[in-house]
Amino acid sequence: MDHHTHSTAGPRELQMARSMCWHCQSEVAGEYFCDRCVKVQPVSKELDYFTCLGFPRRLTIDQRQLEAKFYDLSRAFHPDFYQNKSAAEQTISLGNSAMLNTAYRTLRDPIERAEYLLDLEAGSVKEIRNSPPAELFEEILELQDTLNEYRAAGRAPEAESPLRAKLQSERNILEQRQRDMETTLQRLFVQWDALQDRGEATDQARIERDRILKQIRENLSNRTYVKNIVSDLVSTIG
Amino acid sequence: MARIVGIDLGTTNSLVAYMADGRPRVIPGRNERTMVPSVVAMTDNGLIVGDPAKEHLTRSPERTVYSVKRFMGKGLEDVQGELAYFPYHLTEQGGVIRIKLGEKTYSPPQISAMILKELKQRAEAYLGESITKAVITVPAYFNDSQRQATKDAGMIAGLDVLRIINEPTAASLAYGLQQKIQGTIAVYDLGGGTFDISILKLKNGIFEVLATNGDTHLGGDDFDRQIADLFVKEIREQHGLDLNAYPDHMQAVRLEAERTKIRLSDELKTTAILDLPEDNGRYSKDLTRDQLESLTMELVERTLGPCRLALKDASLTPNDIDEVVLVGGSTRMPLVRRQVQELFGKQPHCELNPDEVVALGAAVQADILSGGTTDLLLLDVTPLSLGIETMGGVMSSLIRRNTTIPASAKEMFTTYVDGQTGVDIHILQGERELVKDNRSLARFRLKVPPLPAGVPRIEVTFLIDANGILNVSARDVRTGETQSLAVKPSYGLSDDEVERMIGESFKFAADDMKARQLIEARTEAEAILMATEKALKQGSHLVGEEDLSSIRASMAAVEAAKSGSDHKAIRAKIADLEKATHHLAEVLMDTSLKEALENKKLSEIT
Ligand SMILES: Nc1ncnc2c1ncn2[C@@H]1O[C@H](COP(=O)(O)OP(=O)(O)OP(=O)(O)O)[C@@H](O)[C@H]1O
Ligand SMILES: [Mg+2]
Repeated sequence: MDHHTHSTAGPRELQMARSMCWHCQSEVAGEYFCDRCVKVQPVSKELDYFTCLGFPRRLTIDQRQLEAKFYDLSRAFHPDFYQNKSAAEQTISLGNSAMLNTAYRTLRDPIERAEYLLDLEAGSVKEIRNSPPAELFEEILELQDTLNEYRAAGRAPEAESPLRAKLQSERNILEQRQRDMETTLQRLFVQWDALQDRGEATDQARIERDRILKQIRENLSNRTYVKNIVSDLVSTIG
Repeated sequence: MARIVGIDLGTTNSLVAYMADGRPRVIPGRNERTMVPSVVAMTDNGLIVGDPAKEHLTRSPERTVYSVKRFMGKGLEDVQGELAYFPYHLTEQGGVIRIKLGEKTYSPPQISAMILKELKQRAEAYLGESITKAVITVPAYFNDSQRQATKDAGMIAGLDVLRIINEPTAASLAYGLQQKIQGTIAVYDLGGGTFDISILKLKNGIFEVLATNGDTHLGGDDFDRQIADLFVKEIREQHGLDLNAYPDHMQAVRLEAERTKIRLSDELKTTAILDLPEDNGRYSKDLTRDQLESLTMELVERTLGPCRLALKDASLTPNDIDEVVLVGGSTRMPLVRRQVQELFGKQPHCELNPDEVVALGAAVQADILSGGTTDLLLLDVTPLSLGIETMGGVMSSLIRRNTTIPASAKEMFTTYVDGQTGVDIHILQGERELVKDNRSLARFRLKVPPLPAGVPRIEVTFLIDANGILNVSARDVRTGETQSLAVKPSYGLSDDEVERMIGESFKFAADDMKARQLIEARTEAEAILMATEKALKQGSHLVGEEDLSSIRASMAAVEAAKSGSDHKAIRAKIADLEKATHHLAEVLMDTSLKEALENKKLSEIT
């Protein structure tokens, strides 16, 4: 099976479709409703989640504003309010609501938001490395050994406790690393937003942009890796 | 728009409610009771539902169905463990459980439809208008098959089911509206057969579900079973009697177990009494609340795991919960209250009647759909992850549990072999890694144009609608054409079968009507035969031989028609007999008048 999130239709074509009301064919200037016949308009599938929720492509988002916008749009699109409308409008309401829910879920979580932005700006983020981050390589190898030893010891308590203590301290170290990564990510997010705010089109800005995106990608993969190790660890030592 | 009612289709009790002047109200029956026991009995005179059917539980246990909700959307293997507890006979056909009642078998949606029809009629009689649209509630943790089965039940009952909503969220609507609760709330719903926990955020009229969890097979029925098992065991020990051989007594045990449990919610000590079969006298048992609590502790503790999981999925701790709301009859148990209070560390709400609050919420949702209430909006979630089978029997998740609905996911499919014309897709629901540990929902075959491997591009959209029910559609990306899919449910009725049952349901209604008319005609025939006998005794000497022989012939004709099953024929013969006795009646009347004049009482003559 093949995963493709992008369809092949060009953005131009859809731009056109969006500017014309599906019902009365008049121009749609407003956001999601036709000014003339007041019918709900389908949210374009090409619209990115930031635009859909009316936010600029930034990595820092005010959660309260995001939620307020989500609630407003839910009131505009939810199928509950289209029960007495035509079948066409009901279908649009269903599609728009589903899209809105996905958009909100993605932007609400800072990590998902960053992954999504990375995807928008620099192609898929899905190719997350499976090898451990270079600077953690040694440490993780050793941890794997200890984990195996611990599992092999089974229920024997005398062998268990020193190993357990060791794993526990490993866990603390890794969790500290997770926190450090979050801080680094947070810093990169701020750098990205500042760069976008400046809106420069110089070569230097472009290089800076690519550097930040690369670092975000690095950090996100490392974070995922460490997160999986920690949850493995936690489920083993309980 | 026509009125939409709200229905709580419960395991033990069902209710119907409507909205009037911005307030939801439950509709009472003729007996003023608001709850209709979810019991259907097949009697010699046809089907009966509710309180009168409940009386048949001990009279004809093998033909009286209760707790049918436990079988909705299930196959026989799902309930193998508890088959022994049910006195009626269960089979399976096409992945759907069937219940045998007399000659016929019924699917659980058909039995549920009978309960829905009763509620529909109740609403129609009370509101004086025809009711065709409804919102029906289901446990939040119901999977797709169980939701679909509920929708099918509505259709079979002649109802347009505009929305399936979750019971705990319905309850939150009622609380939000009536008690003005705000903030982060936990709704703990323990009914007769199911347990749900839902965590919601209530803010400015938006009811956003953050997470939900539960157990669709845990409720008051299971508590009753613990107590009943104890009674049966003790009766075996003390009297050497195995009650399992007496289905009617087993039902009596179950009902007494429930009554005992309910009494112990108010009292610390009570006595259960049971008549034993075949002159074995009586069994009586003193039970304390403590004893009940140790019998049921394990079951109540089973509700705490799902509560913790829901909190975790919502990224909350018990401290973050502002209010706890109790729903369902079983939350009247002091043990349940204690456990809930301990887990969340706060006094739970129970201002609204826990039996009625779900139906009230369903009526509020009905009003939202009809455009009456415009300031409230419920944003619910799907309780279970949805995915498809991939290589090696592994489930690949497409829509995660606790995703806000409507929710959709797209997946692109292509071929592995040149000229391949189909791709088989298996849809699953559940949280486990392997296909075999999850619930199979449905299968379908995607049609693919014969092309070199990897060239076809078929985009399949999985959409969970606001009812929590899955809709699948497919589009050929190269041609832009959509294709219709024949999705075969793993544990559900096919569309054709539902259609047939809708038809049958009208036929059943007609059959039931016929049965009733036949009974009425026979009763009338009996009455007139008796009256004629009596009249003959008193006045045969007053009429001629010709009259007498015509009367006797007509009586024989009525007698013959009565043993047939054509109510019209019976009525025709009754009419004949009335004609034949016309003269006799007249002379008797004259005599009685004369005698009345002689101060004799009329009643002594006729
Ligand atoms: N006072 C009480 N103490 C203990 N249990 C009670 C009490 N009153 C009712 N119950 C139990 O509550 C259950 C019925 O509750 P309720 O009517 O809420 O369930 P339901 O809605 O039919 O079921 P479900 O929601 O699981 O489909 C029965 O098992 C009944 O024995
Ligand atoms: Mg209930």
